[in-house]
Amino acid sequence: MSYAAQSNPAGPHSMMKPTDIHDPDYFHKVVDCQWACPAHTPVPEYIRLIAQGRFTDAYMVNRRSNVFPGILGRVCDRPCEPACRRTRVEDQPVAICRLKRVAADHRGEVKHLLPQKPKKTNGKRVALIGAGPASLTVANDLAPLGYECTVFEALERPGGLMISNIPSFRLPEEVLDEEIGYILDMGVTLKTGHRVDSLKDFLKQGWDAVFVGSGAPKGKDLKIPGREEAAANIHIGIEWLESVAFDHVKSIGKQVLIIGVGNTAMDCCRTSLRLGADSVKVMARKPRQFFKASPWELEDAEEENIEIVVNHSPKRFVVENGRLTGMAFETMEYDIDASGEITGQRVTGEVVIPCDDVILAIGQENAFPWIERDIGIEFGKWDEPVVDKTTFESTKKGVFFGGDAAFGPLNIIWAVEHGHQAAISIHKHCMGESVQDRMPRGVNLTTAKMGVNEWSYANDYDPALRRKMQHVELKKRFQSLDVEVELGFSPEQTAVEVARCLNCDVQTVFTAESCVECDACVDICPVDCLTIAPNGAEDDLRTRLKAPAPNRDQALYVSNPLKDTGRVMVKDENLCVHCGLCAERCPTAAWDMQLSDIFLPHADDEARRREAAE
Amino acid sequence: MTSIVKPRIDKHLPRNALGLTVRDYEGVMSTLCAGCGHDSITAAFVQAFHQLDLEPHRAAKVSGIGCSSKTTAYFLGQSHGINSVHGRMPSVASGAAAVNPELYYIGVSGDGDSLSIGLGQFAHAIRRNVNMLYVIENNGVYGLTKGQFSASADIGTRAKKGEVNEMSPIDPVMMGLTLGASFVARSFSGDKKQLVPLIKAGLMHRGFALIDVISPCVTFNDHAGSTKSYAHTYKYYHPVVHADFVPEETEVTADYDAGEAMPVKMHHGGTVMLRKTGRDYDPRDRDQAFELMRKMEGREILTGLLYLDESRADMAEMAKLPQTPLNALPHEALCPGSSRLAEIMKGYG
Repeated sequence: MSYAAQSNPAGPHSMMKPTDIHDPDYFHKVVDCQWACPAHTPVPEYIRLIAQGRFTDAYMVNRRSNVFPGILGRVCDRPCEPACRRTRVEDQPVAICRLKRVAADHRGEVKHLLPQKPKKTNGKRVALIGAGPASLTVANDLAPLGYECTVFEALERPGGLMISNIPSFRLPEEVLDEEIGYILDMGVTLKTGHRVDSLKDFLKQGWDAVFVGSGAPKGKDLKIPGREEAAANIHIGIEWLESVAFDHVKSIGKQVLIIGVGNTAMDCCRTSLRLGADSVKVMARKPRQFFKASPWELEDAEEENIEIVVNHSPKRFVVENGRLTGMAFETMEYDIDASGEITGQRVTGEVVIPCDDVILAIGQENAFPWIERDIGIEFGKWDEPVVDKTTFESTKKGVFFGGDAAFGPLNIIWAVEHGHQAAISIHKHCMGESVQDRMPRGVNLTTAKMGVNEWSYANDYDPALRRKMQHVELKKRFQSLDVEVELGFSPEQTAVEVARCLNCDVQTVFTAESCVECDACVDICPVDCLTIAPNGAEDDLRTRLKAPAPNRDQALYVSNPLKDTGRVMVKDENLCVHCGLCAERCPTAAWDMQLSDIFLPHADDEARRREAAE
Repeated sequence: MTSIVKPRIDKHLPRNALGLTVRDYEGVMSTLCAGCGHDSITAAFVQAFHQLDLEPHRAAKVSGIGCSSKTTAYFLGQSHGINSVHGRMPSVASGAAAVNPELYYIGVSGDGDSLSIGLGQFAHAIRRNVNMLYVIENNGVYGLTKGQFSASADIGTRAKKGEVNEMSPIDPVMMGLTLGASFVARSFSGDKKQLVPLIKAGLMHRGFALIDVISPCVTFNDHAGSTKSYAHTYKYYHPVVHADFVPEETEVTADYDAGEAMPVKMHHGGTVMLRKTGRDYDPRDRDQAFELMRKMEGREILTGLLYLDESRADMAEMAKLPQTPLNALPHEALCPGSSRLAEIMKGYG
């Protein structure tokens, strides 16, 4: 039997189709970090710029996508890091967030590089309610295009949760003020201390568009016995953090219990330590694997000797002589199945833990007591506004939602992306275009080949381990509330960390017509991700590869039939380290390394498209 | 030559009985042309040794001169090896095999090294039935000296610059069969499914195991008009018998139809399961092998384990060589003294 005679026994219908690499999402997905980032920051691109010492350029690349690189380089939720390819190839992801901060810390002057305040406005008035990351992003995208943006903020300072909920030992105020300042300097009007109490009245002011970015400011309460009697010493986490941020609260009791184990709980416990608490316990209802807090925030809290107590479910507040003296908990036991799901639970006892103050950090929600329900804005089953997931428009034309106000609590980077998308919608709405008709994404591929086995990126694999962030020593960091704990990466740490990036945006691109089926690429691949095999259905093909490909989240790149045998080249994108050895060993340049630049349109792209059409 | 060394990433790789991954059987980076068939054969060696759970230091690689002979550096970096003189690899291998029967000997040669300058050596290694695996990486040209025809070039084959070969080729498989080799196979660098089990079987064979591997030269002999190009080989490639190597500890019968499979127990362990692939052919019959090869000459490239005879005595047995390596024999045994010499001399008297 010759090779050409080998075919898929299941017939042509179950064959995998050749991969369309011009689909903008295909290679975008390969750049795991960029795909996972809600704002799709081109991470490998800015890491290469940092590697070249081009910090200002790295900052600007970041800013284009995420608007607040200095802020996010410290406090981002980092959806990029768990997605990082490095976690599959070894264990620890590239310290993407820390590198973002490196770009921000070492940048030069950027003011002349930022979008400038336009010489004249276009006469369209846009109101932005709430001065958080979502509204600020909308202003950032629209003000340079000539929109007259006015931001209304209930508190005395802009920033939203970035100022009210994130403690300054994690995010210094200077960093916040500087990056917000860049946006305000684009000709944005900011009205602080201005709470909007009635949207109905507000709309009468005749805005061309209104964006609601008022966040999810309502912290959840815990209605159990003793709540009312002990009210003076029971605090709602986000409200308490806001009071601390605005200097309304300057101290707390010696023994503090934090209820809940999300990121707000971590900020509450560490802030308590800085306000004079001696003993702070974080009380969790479930075991550690169910914690909502990011692993690094848990680590940072534990480094400060915060005790995290698991399997304790709040029962009642203990009040003696009208004062909170402790809290009673039921101790819990859980049955957990092989998949990690809780299948059963039981109470095994009750304990009282003495305390002076309790902080509730058990979640927050968006709340709109100030939006009348008869003005054409529909609300859903859970009293949340009905918002289009693509356009961010409410059911009332010209009123848009974004950030936590849109779909409940997410994080800063999601708020930024909501802002970008809402800005596009507002622009189209104001120009009388359909908000649904949006520019498509695109992908540009350019070869990274500079010469024979020379590439425009560092293709060698560096086995170095993730660098560890240095912290201010414990004694010093409690001296005042605003001593920033993280010191940032040193030049040496930066040099190692940038080399850990695998350049996943430099793609392996295959031309089937050129392949002679010599197997050179298959043999040289350090992670065995290439195979030449008879085509088949995906389930079948995945088991017939040189290394089986069980990770279905990662695509198979399937070529056209090869000319000599009719087999196909299959690449499992899962473990590829983008080293380019396949291309270096290919005698016919059937493999090439090509830089994939993902085009993600913003409001200014829409404006340029409009200009070009006119 | 690649710009970087192949990164060492082995988190995902299976480990064999010795706890080693396939990466532990690699050597230094190849400096051959990108796309050379030889590199694929190197990869097949690496896979075969890993699958056999062979300790790398139990292998000895011997080679002569040529592109093919360079490749011994590219696999089994932790083993013994010698890069000898052009065409003289069989002598070195014979000597090594004589003094230390405990190592697995792997001779890597090319069509130039074995079929021209070393033809006599090649023939006599077969005749002596040296206990070794002998792989000819056959591409029909002298690659290192810019692509002159070698002795295996077919009549009518065209060189890169257009000249046509008129001399008749020396076919190592036909030679092996004629000279009485006990393990004769042909394969292709592009088919590791076939080649890896063949290498395993060859290593477990008693005596001389010859595998002629078509291994295209991408630089000088991969064009239209060449009969050793990738395209030509894929087009006329015909496996006539499939050989699976079944390790010692595995039950043999399970996956095979009794009528189809021809099990051959290997002297150094394991069993080779021979299976026909369409044609009625018994690779244990030397006459059949010879006849079929003659009949299909120039028509199809017949591949697989074409002839196998596990019953013949190897060189060590014929020459009554000691089972213990010389380096492990006590001095008294190696040098029994002048009285013993006198005794021996008396026997000739």
